[in-house]
Amino acid sequence: MSGPELGLAVSVFLACAVEAVEALTIVLAVGATRSWSSALYGAGAAVIVLAAVIAGLGPAVTALPIHALRVGVGALLLVFGLQWLRKALLRAAHLKALHDETAAFEAEAAAARGHARGVARIDSYAFAVSFKGVLLEGLEVAVIVLTFGGNQHRIGLAAAAAGAAIIVVVAAGVAVRAPLARVPENTLKLVVGVMLTSFGMFWGAEGAGVSWPGADAALLVIIAGLALASAVMVAWLRRAPQALSEAA
Amino acid sequence: MSSLATAARAVWDFIVGDDWATAVGVLAALGITALIAGAGAVAWWVMPVAVLGLLALSLRRAAR
Repeated sequence: MSGPELGLAVSVFLACAVEAVEALTIVLAVGATRSWSSALYGAGAAVIVLAAVIAGLGPAVTALPIHALRVGVGALLLVFGLQWLRKALLRAAHLKALHDETAAFEAEAAAARGHARGVARIDSYAFAVSFKGVLLEGLEVAVIVLTFGGNQHRIGLAAAAAGAAIIVVVAAGVAVRAPLARVPENTLKLVVGVMLTSFGMFWGAEGAGVSWPGADAALLVIIAGLALASAVMVAWLRRAPQALSEAA
Repeated sequence: MSSLATAARAVWDFIVGDDWATAVGVLAALGITALIAGAGAVAWWVMPVAVLGLLALSLRRAAR
C-alpha cells in the first residue's frame, strides 16, 4: 500500500469511526427506549442508501478529467477539513463544549420516551429517528469516501476502510451496551481535520497546475506542518481569549 | 419556502457550514494558485499560506 493510499485508508477509517460513534448513540437511544428492531431497520436502511450513493456516484466521479477532479476534490476536502479542524481546535482550547455522548444519549432517549407510540409492528418514530441519524452522520463520510477514493481510483479501498470503522464501532457498542463516551472524539476529529485539509491542499494545488517540491513526499511535510500549526493555534487560543475579546 | 429553496439551503449548510468566508477563501486561493501556476511561476506556497491564514481568521472570528 502506497503512502497516499495509507493516508486515504486512515483518514476514511477515523472520519467514519467518529461519525459512527455519534450515529450509534442515536440508534442506542431509540432502540433502548422504543424498539430495537425498528431502530436497527432504520439504521440498516440508511446504510443501504449510503452504500447506493457511493456505488452510484463512484463511477461518475472517477470518470471526471483528473485536473478537474483534483480541484473539485481539493476544494471539498479543504472546506470539510477546515470545518472539522476549526471545531476541534476550539474544543481543544476549551472555547467550545466537547461532544458528550452520554448527554446526547439522555436527550435522545428523553425525546423518544415523550413521543406517542402507534400500534403498528414497526415503530415509525424509532425507524425514522434512527434512519435520519445514521443517514445524516454518514453523508459526510460518503462524500469523503467518494472524494478520497475517486481521486486515487480506490473507492473500493475507501469503502472498505469505512466499513471496517462501522464494524469496529458497532462491535464496541454491542460489547459495552452503552454510548461510547470514552472514545476521544475530539482528538480523532482533530486528526481527521488535519488529514482532510492536508490532502485537500495537496490535491487542490496539483489540480490547479502546481508541481509540489519532492512530489508525494510533500504530503508528509504538509501534514506535519499543519499538525504543528494546529498545536500552536490551540496554545494561542488558550492564552489569548481575553485579547481576542478586547480586539473585537 | 419552496422545496427547491429548502434543498438548496440544506446543500449549502452541508457543504459550506457556518463559515462561508472560509469556503470563499478556499476557492479564491485555488484560483490564485491556478493563475500563478498558469503564468509559469512557482505556486506551491500559495495554498499552505492561504489555508493557515484562513484557519487563523476563522478561529479568531469564532473565539470572539
